[in-house]
Formats: sequence, structure tokens, C-alpha cells
Amino acid sequence: MNYSLIYSQVSEHIPYLLGGAILTLELAAISFLVGWAVGLTNASILHFGPRPARLAVQGYVTFFINTPLLVQIFFIFFVLPDAGILLSPYAAVAIGMSLNAGAYLTEIQRAGFQSLRREEIDAASAMGFSVPQIVWYVVMPHIAKALYPPLSNQFIIQVMTTSIAAIFAVEELTGRAYNVNSLTFRSLEVFSIVAVIYLVLTLACSLALALLGRWLFRVRARVF
Amino acid sequence: MWEQLLEDAPRFFGIWNLMFLGQALLNTLLLSYLGAAFGFAIGFSLAIGRHPRLYGIAPIRLLATAYVEVFRRIPFLVKLMCIFFVFQLSGAQASLFTIALVTVVLSAAAFAAEIARAGIEAVPTPQWDAAEAMNFSRWKVLTRVVAPQSWRVVLPPLFGYAVGFIKSTSIASQIGVMELTYAAKILNTRGFSALLCFGTILIVYFLICWPTKRFGEHLEARLGRRPKV
Repeated sequence: MNYSLIYSQVSEHIPYLLGGAILTLELAAISFLVGWAVGLTNASILHFGPRPARLAVQGYVTFFINTPLLVQIFFIFFVLPDAGILLSPYAAVAIGMSLNAGAYLTEIQRAGFQSLRREEIDAASAMGFSVPQIVWYVVMPHIAKALYPPLSNQFIIQVMTTSIAAIFAVEELTGRAYNVNSLTFRSLEVFSIVAVIYLVLTLACSLALALLGRWLFRVRARVF
Repeated sequence: MWEQLLEDAPRFFGIWNLMFLGQALLNTLLLSYLGAAFGFAIGFSLAIGRHPRLYGIAPIRLLATAYVEVFRRIPFLVKLMCIFFVFQLSGAQASLFTIALVTVVLSAAAFAAEIARAGIEAVPTPQWDAAEAMNFSRWKVLTRVVAPQSWRVVLPPLFGYAVGFIKSTSIASQIGVMELTYAAKILNTRGFSALLCFGTILIVYFLICWPTKRFGEHLEARLGRRPKV
């Protein structure tokens, strides 16, 4: 191996790469929040809904968990235009990631719903709570603390998953790495720097979420 | 859209296309199952190297922990690119398949190490004390006390992670490994409708992943029911 790593050409592009990290976080946050809302709705349907709706939700979850996200986004990006829906790469990636996250977050929150005691829900419905009210005022406060660790874990996964957006020419961290690579041809240097940025980014997110969890729930959570 | 689909379908599912997709399916299966198998073997060694009462001597332990933390926090695509360029720049003559396989093995190792650690930690402390009191060697503690009990905890989640790696191999299409996703892209470029190409491989992926996942869940239910030794 007679290749010497030269970082000087790449180092001037580091601010540009870090700008991509912001887009990475944005994409992760959007897909996580939409996925969380989808997951909560689905988990409520699985717990309270009629049988056909439950079956539909189960089908959605099983399908999205057992197929690759990349192919799902390919499908959204290349097939929907045939049906007259033209999406920008960013929108296609955001929709694909949200639907994918929605499936995983349904599974996570369903587990939380199952840990509830039957009597509490019966009491709430006896007091005339509607289903959304039961979910928001009775279920959520109970399961929020238990669900926080798997949810924050899912957010970290979302941060890493955004790298797939680069394949659709979205200029987030990995996408910008491709750009810098074609500019400088210092491939290994660029991607090693990006790997370190991802490492720092996910560690920072883990730390921030752990601290947020401590503040929200007053528990001494493990940071790492 | 539907008329075009009906028109395309017989041409799409012709014998050559099916052979092409079959070859791609074989590559996907080899890449994911072989990668997961090697990766899990390395991952178990890492977990053994991290436990202080097994082989967790300070430098090994530190290295293993750093490896696991780093490889779990870098996206598959970025790992793939790094390994791809390491191979390219070192001048090693490796096929694209080998490069993708190495990436799957290295990531699977990091994830399996965490699962195996949970399995090892499931063995209660008194048993470790008892084994040490009976002057068992580290190897004997591992093979006679830890392994027989922790495999029940470790085995089921491995199938869930194997599904994860089947799905990750779709990203290997980025460097041009001839697996399902790349095959679909090629067929799409040849003029077949995107719905047929990507729809077909979505179903194929589902047919590989779902039974694997179900088998893991079945094992979990089955092994969890038995009384612990």
C-alpha cells in the first residue's frame, strides 16, 4: 500500500460538510416526528380500532419493516410519477423515511400500549373520554417514560438512515461528501472525515437526548 | 398506467429476466446470510473480549468497545464507501462482491457484539462466582457455564438483525454489486416500467425478510417458554 493520506485539500471543505450535517439533522427530525405521529395513530388503531383497520395497520407495519428503505424510496421516486405524482428528491426521501419510521415507531408504541392496565382505560371511557382523549390524557403520560429510551434510540437510527438521501442527490452530509469527492478526488479522506462527523453527531444526539430524558422524567439514565 | 403494466408484464417475466433476477437474488442471499454468519462469529468473539471475567484484558477490552461503538454509529453507506476506497487505494484486487461482504461482516460484528453482551450478562453473578470457586479456566467458564445458558437469549434477536442486513445489502447497489436492487435499476434502465421492476423486488425482499423475522419470533417464543436452567 503506497498511498499517503492528504487531508489538506479536504479540510477547507469541512464547513461545507458540516452544513450538510444540519440538513441531516433536519431530515432526521422531520421523518422522526411524522413517523412518531403515524406510529401513535397506528398504535391507537391497533388497540382501539375495528378489525379491518387493525389488519390494514398490521399489513403496513409488516410490509415496511420487511423491505429495504432504499427500495421503498426508489418506488416512491420512480413509480409515483407514472401515476402523475411528481416529487422532488427531498420530498421523496422525507416521505419514504417517514413511512419507514412510522412502521418501526408503531411497533415500539404498540408495546407501550400493551403495558397499560385495562381498568384505567375502562375508567376513562366510563367518564366519557373519546379515544383520542384517552390516548393523549391517559395512555401517553403512563407510557412516556418507558417509551423514551426506545424512541430516542430510533431518532439516532433516523440520523444514520438519512445517508440514504445522498443516493437521490439530496445534499445532506453524505451527499455533500460525494460532491467534495468529485471535486478533490481525495475519496478516502472525505469519507473518513464524514464517518467521524457521523460519529460525533450521533454521540452528541445520544448525549442531548439522555440529558433531555433526565430533565423530563427525573431519572438517572445511562448516557451511553 | 395499468394498460402499460399489463402489456409489459409478460415481457418482464420472460425467462432471461427471471434468470437475471434469480442470479441477483442469489447474490443478495449470499451477501446477507454469509455476511451475517461471519459477522456474528466475530461479534461473539468481541463480546467475549469485552467481558472482564472472560477475556476482557484491558487493551483488548478497550479496542473491542471502541470498535463496537464506532461501527454502530456510522451509516452503512459511509462504511461501504470507506471500505470501497480502502480496497481501491491499497491496490488489492478484490471484487465488488467481496468489498460489500467485508462491509456487511464488519457491521454485523459490531451489532452482534452488543446482543452477545446482553446474553452474557443474563448469566447470574453467583454462577460466575461458583465457576471461579471450582477453579474453572476462562475457557471452561465460557463453554460450560456461559454458552449453554446465554444462547437462548442471544439467538432470537440475531434473526431480527439478519433481516436488517438483508435490507442493508440493497445499499451495496451503490458500488455496483449485482444484487436485487441493482438488477432492478438495470431492468428499469432497459425500459421496463419502474412499477414492475421495483414492485417485483419489493415483493422478493419481503419474501426473504418476513420468514426470517417470523422464525426469530418463533424461536423467541419457544425458547422463552422453557424454564431457565
